[in-house]
Amino acid sequence: MKESREEGRRPALLEVQGLSTHYVTARGTRVTRAVDDVSFTLRDGETLGIVGESGSGKSTLALSLLRLLPRAARTVAGSVRFEGEDLLAKSETEMRHIRGKRIAMILQDPMASLNPLFTVGDQIAEPVRVHDGVSRRGAWDRARALLAAVRISAPNTRVRNYPHELSGGMRQRIVGAIAISCGPRLLIADEPTTSLDVTIQAQYLALLRELQRAQRLALIFITHNLGIVARMCDSVAVMYAGRIVEAGPVREIFNAPKHPYTRALIESIPRLADSNGRLTAIDGQPPDPAALPGGCAFHPRCPVRLDKCATERPRDSTVGAGHRTACWLVG
Amino acid sequence: MSVSRAATLTVAWRLASFRRENVPWFPIIILLTLTVLALFADFIAPHDPQVGLLGERFRPPAWQQGGSTAHLLGTDHVGRDVLSRLIFGARVSMVVGFTAVIFAGVIGTVLGIMAGYLGGWVDQVIMRITDAWLAVPALTYAIFLAAIVGPSEGNIVIILGLVYWTRYARVVRGEVLSLKERDYVRLAIVAGCSKWTIMRRHILPNVVNSAIVLATLMLGVVIVTEAALSFLGVGVPPPKPAWGLMLADGKKGLMAGYWWLTVLPGVCIMLMVLSANLLGDWLRVKLDPQLRQL
Amino acid sequence: MKRFFIRRVGYALLSLVVLSATIFVFVRLTGDPAVLLVEPGASKADIDAIRTDLGLDRPLPVQYLLFVKGLLHADFGRSFYYRTPVLELYLERLPNSFFLALVAMAFSLIIGIPSGILAAVRVNGWWDGAGKVFALLGLSMPSFWVGLLLILFFSVYLGWLPSSGSGTPLHVLMPAFALGWYFAAAHMRLTRSSMLEVLGSEYIKLARLKGLPEALVICKHAFKNALIPVLTLAGINLVLMVNVAVVVETVFAWPGVGRLLYEGIAFRDFPVVQTTVILSGVMIVAVNLAVDLMYAVIDPRIRYER
Repeated sequence: MKESREEGRRPALLEVQGLSTHYVTARGTRVTRAVDDVSFTLRDGETLGIVGESGSGKSTLALSLLRLLPRAARTVAGSVRFEGEDLLAKSETEMRHIRGKRIAMILQDPMASLNPLFTVGDQIAEPVRVHDGVSRRGAWDRARALLAAVRISAPNTRVRNYPHELSGGMRQRIVGAIAISCGPRLLIADEPTTSLDVTIQAQYLALLRELQRAQRLALIFITHNLGIVARMCDSVAVMYAGRIVEAGPVREIFNAPKHPYTRALIESIPRLADSNGRLTAIDGQPPDPAALPGGCAFHPRCPVRLDKCATERPRDSTVGAGHRTACWLVG
Repeated sequence: MSVSRAATLTVAWRLASFRRENVPWFPIIILLTLTVLALFADFIAPHDPQVGLLGERFRPPAWQQGGSTAHLLGTDHVGRDVLSRLIFGARVSMVVGFTAVIFAGVIGTVLGIMAGYLGGWVDQVIMRITDAWLAVPALTYAIFLAAIVGPSEGNIVIILGLVYWTRYARVVRGEVLSLKERDYVRLAIVAGCSKWTIMRRHILPNVVNSAIVLATLMLGVVIVTEAALSFLGVGVPPPKPAWGLMLADGKKGLMAGYWWLTVLPGVCIMLMVLSANLLGDWLRVKLDPQLRQL
Repeated sequence: MKRFFIRRVGYALLSLVVLSATIFVFVRLTGDPAVLLVEPGASKADIDAIRTDLGLDRPLPVQYLLFVKGLLHADFGRSFYYRTPVLELYLERLPNSFFLALVAMAFSLIIGIPSGILAAVRVNGWWDGAGKVFALLGLSMPSFWVGLLLILFFSVYLGWLPSSGSGTPLHVLMPAFALGWYFAAAHMRLTRSSMLEVLGSEYIKLARLKGLPEALVICKHAFKNALIPVLTLAGINLVLMVNVAVVVETVFAWPGVGRLLYEGIAFRDFPVVQTTVILSGVMIVAVNLAVDLMYAVIDPRIRYER
């Protein structure tokens, strides 16, 4: 992975190199390359956005980092260096200590993420007791403090509520509180605002930013919403069919996107100022992950493809400061 | 390539693909064996199942002390050969089992289709009866009916049919309700087909799969119920050799340690029920996805 | 909400009406119900007396009304053999059947739930395979045969347990096991599938993401949720057990309502048979109704379903 010299100053918190995760069906007949040769770097306190349509492999990527893949999936190549240690080489027990304590994750649907039979306080206090060995009373105190930190009013009473007694926005905050309860260095958020009302989304994002600053958290934000990326992220990686097709600082990508897919994504964002009046969409459908097109995965839908694109997979090439893309038009 | 060679290859290919398909050989073999025994019992069984020699009472199976090869599996309390009774018992079980299952199946499927398709008061009436009859456990109900009409092989079949049709009706009705919304049914209605035609030509073939799966699973249940009824004395009447009856007789010798009279008939029942269950499970998996495609 | 309650209760009552009508019709189908409802060996005068008593010469609907009236007044007739009202006999024996069912239910849950959980946690592993075999056997072996085998083994060969009757705790072990065997397999199957469903849910995923030890994930988070459908089924099965224990009670001479039914047919004591059937139906309809209503109270979504 090529880094530019200026960024060498801040230490790399997470370095992913050539990560590949495949799903295999029971008889071994179909292999789906959900994550295909993915590399990126994340620094302390930085926010990385991972953008892509559904099926692009974003969630599988997140689960691969934490090694919580479903039975049918396996990470077949690559390395994941977190604070200098390769996570893929660790034992399950070691990973368990890392999950929740040093790397935390938020899922999309807060109602489904919370166990309906236990109180909110119980579910927040749980990781605190398991990882930090805190007593029951201490853990509940911390739970109350965390509820206040995520700006839930009346934390002392709320702590005893059950998930179904709270609104969607509150539930997602609680999931956030659970995530930061043991002071992790890295938080992975998998589409955390997708199931929230639009009016609450902005509040929630502001909360995440605040928590990030207060706890010096690095954040990986997985989403299909470019608007959120523009607001929240320092850098962004665009995924298509399990591969990263373009990555770099947010400003650069938005102002000068180099990959046709990125360009199409940005153009498809409706703007009020558009006098054109028409909405642009990308032609075609995302590919079936089990039957990817040869060469560049995007070529069937690409408006400017070359002959080469159908047969040879494009290599990464640097097109700017910290900005790389995988496209034959550029590289 | 010669014709015979091509034919052999085709057969071999068919058999090989069968193995890949995970066909449940065990239950199929068991059920086929039972069918053969049932059909040819007269030729296969070494002795008359209903005639016993009092001098040969309670002989243990051939491999135990006191047993003889004349009675491979021993004799019962009146000297009848156990092996022969088991073989003829297979006939009773198969006949009663299949007939009852088919009888219940036909009634249940027809009523289920009517209830599901015609709706309205027909549905209500059939469903109320189904609910009420399902409320009483099958065995209790069967005993009640047997107490009224008296035990005989024919009566048992009718009773079992009356007791179990409700299971089919429920399942079939549920399927019909969803089938009603399919396009080909609507097209048939638009084309002016009568209700009965639609039910016969469009609905029925599509619920047959479920009915068959259910019938296979029910076979096991029916056999056990018949055995229980015979054991209690209200099933197949003596001296006909039903496995349930053999268990009842076997109880008489139980305390004296005549184990073969209890273990062997039970093993037969178990094998038959097990095979029906395994086959039914396999059929359910095999036929279901096709159903959903429709 | 009220509409749901009323409708549900209405259905239950309707079921009871249909049930009583069915029994009524079947008894009359045989031609001469008086023969059934009178002691074997009764004189012609007795038979005629019964005829007028039951109004057998009156039109059918009237007979039915008389029949229902009798039921509502808890008049289920007298047993020929015991010469006491059948209802009394039934109520006397019912606690015994319940006791047997409770012990059998305990057996089935103790065996069924842990094996179901193990099978789900180690899906497709050795334990799951063994569990599947166990389930198949449980569902294929008739309960009364299991009982007979138990007697053979524990009473005849080992001489540890008494083969019939009731009285000491030892007496209940074998019949309860025989009765519970089939249900253990059913409960195991349900626990397994319920557990598998829960293990695939999002909150279990999050529990793992929190870094909780697997044992905690399973025993605390998954277990409680998975158990809900199983316990519901168990509740319904308990009542079912009371009513299907006929053969097991007969094999072990256990003095419950099952044995009473057997005596009814053995001694041609028809009022006993009829009563048992009616009361079985009533019991099960009542329990189903209670469970449905209880669920509606707990889960608001159910109230608005059709």
